[in-house]
Amino acid sequence: MFEDLTRKLDHVLKKIKGQGKLSEKNIADSLREVRKVLLEADVNYKVAKEFVKSVQEKSLGQAVLKSITPGQQIVKIIYDELTRLMGQSTASLRFANIPPTIFMATGLQGSGKTTFVGKLALYLRGQKHSPLMVAADIYRPAAIDQLKTIGKQLNIPVFSEDGKNPIQICWDSIQQARQNGNDVVIFDTAGRLHIDENMMKELSEIKEKTKPHNIFFVADGMTGQDAVKAATEFNNWLAYDGVVLTKMDGDARGGAALSIKAVTGKPIMFVGMGEKFNTLEQFHPDRMASRILGMGDVISLVEKAQIAVSEEESRRMEEAIRKKRLTFDDFLQQLRQIKKMGPLEQIIGMIPGLGASPLGKANVDEKALVKVEAIIQSMTREERRNPRLLNGNRKRRIARGSGTTVQDVNRLISQFNQMQKLMKRFSKGGKRSMRGVLGGNYPF
Amino acid sequence: MALFGKLRSGLTKTRTGILGRIKEAVTGKKTLDEETLDAIEEILITSDIGVETVMELLERLRKRARIKGEDETAEIQDIMRQELKSVLSDQVERSASDEKSFFNPGVTPFVIMVVGVNGTGKTTTIGKLAHRFRKEGKSVIIAAGDTFRAGASEQLNIWAERSGSDFVRHQAGADPGAVVFDALNAAVARRKDVLIVDTAGRLHTKVNLMEELKKIRRVMTKLIPEAPHETLLVLDATTGQNSIRQAEQFRDIVGLTGIVLTKLDGTAKGGVVLTILKELGIPVKFIGLGEGIEDLAAFDLNTFIDALFSENNQT
Ligand SMILES: Nc1nc2c(ncn2[C@@H]2O[C@H](COP(=O)(O)OP(=O)(O)OP(=O)(O)O)[C@@H](O)[C@H]2O)c(=O)[nH]1
Ligand SMILES: Nc1nc2c(ncn2[C@@H]2O[C@H](COP(=O)(O)OP(=O)(O)O)[C@@H](O)[C@H]2O)c(=O)[nH]1
Ligand SMILES: [Mg+2]
Ligand SMILES: [Mg+2]
Repeated sequence: MFEDLTRKLDHVLKKIKGQGKLSEKNIADSLREVRKVLLEADVNYKVAKEFVKSVQEKSLGQAVLKSITPGQQIVKIIYDELTRLMGQSTASLRFANIPPTIFMATGLQGSGKTTFVGKLALYLRGQKHSPLMVAADIYRPAAIDQLKTIGKQLNIPVFSEDGKNPIQICWDSIQQARQNGNDVVIFDTAGRLHIDENMMKELSEIKEKTKPHNIFFVADGMTGQDAVKAATEFNNWLAYDGVVLTKMDGDARGGAALSIKAVTGKPIMFVGMGEKFNTLEQFHPDRMASRILGMGDVISLVEKAQIAVSEEESRRMEEAIRKKRLTFDDFLQQLRQIKKMGPLEQIIGMIPGLGASPLGKANVDEKALVKVEAIIQSMTREERRNPRLLNGNRKRRIARGSGTTVQDVNRLISQFNQMQKLMKRFSKGGKRSMRGVLGGNYPF
Repeated sequence: MALFGKLRSGLTKTRTGILGRIKEAVTGKKTLDEETLDAIEEILITSDIGVETVMELLERLRKRARIKGEDETAEIQDIMRQELKSVLSDQVERSASDEKSFFNPGVTPFVIMVVGVNGTGKTTTIGKLAHRFRKEGKSVIIAAGDTFRAGASEQLNIWAERSGSDFVRHQAGADPGAVVFDALNAAVARRKDVLIVDTAGRLHTKVNLMEELKKIRRVMTKLIPEAPHETLLVLDATTGQNSIRQAEQFRDIVGLTGIVLTKLDGTAKGGVVLTILKELGIPVKFIGLGEGIEDLAAFDLNTFIDALFSENNQT
């Protein structure tokens, strides 16, 4: 956790300060915590080492050493440095002067290339292009069927040829695109290992022959230490233009993003946020930085919350947090806000500390929300304000009133209690910094 | 033997001279100094073993800092193996996987359910497993429980054909529970020895999709109380620390009897399974070493650890 890291650093640094001078060596010791966080997030060993070294140099500035909160200062340096490293070069797609513009997806087996091809095609069609997807994976069983099915689902044409090699297929697809007026062509290539020379040669031959305008390295966002090797080798063979990070809808910390950027210098252009085809997102280096540090995607959450939550509502929430007391009215209000913000799983995953909590799991089912609303609405004003009133009789009445069962009511009460605990935790340890980060608009 | 060679060459391919560095570091020295420990740390961390476990291991090594003998690197490797095993402690025994009995379970139909996140190699592994059962003279039926991903059942169908197995599928988007229900009934009616159930890849964080797995499981249990006899989680060796979360969640929600670690023919080492073994006690049963039907091997802890540290001639 981000909070944890700040606290640990503060702790270590204060101890050192108490003993006398804050020196280079002392800072280095404290930065071990940072290194650990990075390694746990799957940042490559060497990349983490380099990174910590650069943070150390920056931390030696007087401002940090004299600060009352050196831990926070250092965390800020780390966050800024991470953000800077991951987002330096601009990431924009290149389009051909004379169409078609050619895109090519490459990567290891199972990284998400074919799905990305579908997503990109859908995205480009939304930009008024007319894409053609090309089935150049002739190796994996039913890979062509997979792309054809996606094409049918999205109503986007797919080019495939029997008995031809991938180089020929890609070449022929361009001719077909010209004939049919497709101004965008996207190659779906077979997954392959970076150490498989013959297969890597095939990719570079496709590149030679068709001169794609945008070559992507599609990497699984959960990749561990090996990310640097695969990314480097693919880059050596292809000099690709950008990176796509998939499966980021899970709970992986995504250190691979930093590793790949660090060793190749290539921009991360897209992030895959699901199996559905409308889940392609832009890459936000600042969000990625907080994710790697384990701080949750607070910033995107704030953005969403700001849209959905009115000033007055959020003031009430703040009030509740300050009082450290939650009522069912607050609970209901929060649920409604959450519903306004969009897909629940995504939102809950973004909240630091909540993704893994029972609450995070308990609330994801959108249908359950309807039930919850009904239950709370069947409570009296008094019961909503003072949940301790809820005895067996009252629970039965509420269950009847809301068309649910006593178990449902009990479940809600226990979720409510969990949320209350969680809120206490926030308001105790991290209130100051939480509000700092969130600009006071945090819905919980 | 050939497979070990393949595993080793994969595991060591790009170990650019770390062992060389260890050798350099220990030459002429009688103790394991920080420089050497750093090099060891690098090997372990870059194998995805995970910080906590590595720290524990290094702590033990520090305690045994004195080394002796002619070939120090060989010594270190030996010590590492011992210490790694004692870190894993009582789990070592669990990790012993008995191939022969796996493929001759003595129960019919023997039901295997295969689960995991997206793209790890579930379908391919099922093809390989089916092939091995067939080689043991068993009849196999495969159920296309992935009704979600485009082309998934076509892919599995090809593996069923390659391995000479029966195949049960419904149309795309159908209820996987219904597929499994039909497949189990077919397995019983046709007196098949083995039923292997494919499932759609799903991230362990998706509550609804994980619930669906539970439901598939319930369908099996209703027909055969002991089924599934094996629930295998397929992990991709390329994945880092997130594998631990995956193992935890899948274990908690569907229960696991073992892990298959795929894609070890690449350069990723999959060391995270050692942490999973240590923390969760889930044994690795098989490893995947390629996209071919034969590229499956039983997991052997000694071989695995040796492969992490084995000398390499390539750079
Ligand atoms: N949750 C999630 N799953 C994804 C994402 N992108 C792809 N997948 C899934 O990952 C699996 C592999 O995706 P594919 O698109 O077939 O991957 P590929 O790289 O083409 O795989 P091969 O051609 O087999 O090498 C499928 O189950 C996809 O549905 C993503 O962003 N999030
Ligand atoms: N190199 C390598 N590739 C593998 C291995 N196992 C599976 N694959 C590939 O990984 C990709 C995903 O495999 P698949 O079986 O479809 O995964 P599923 O989505 O989990 O069912 C495919 O391209 C497979 O050919 C392995 O052991 N080594
Ligand atoms: Mg593909
Ligand atoms: Mg599959």
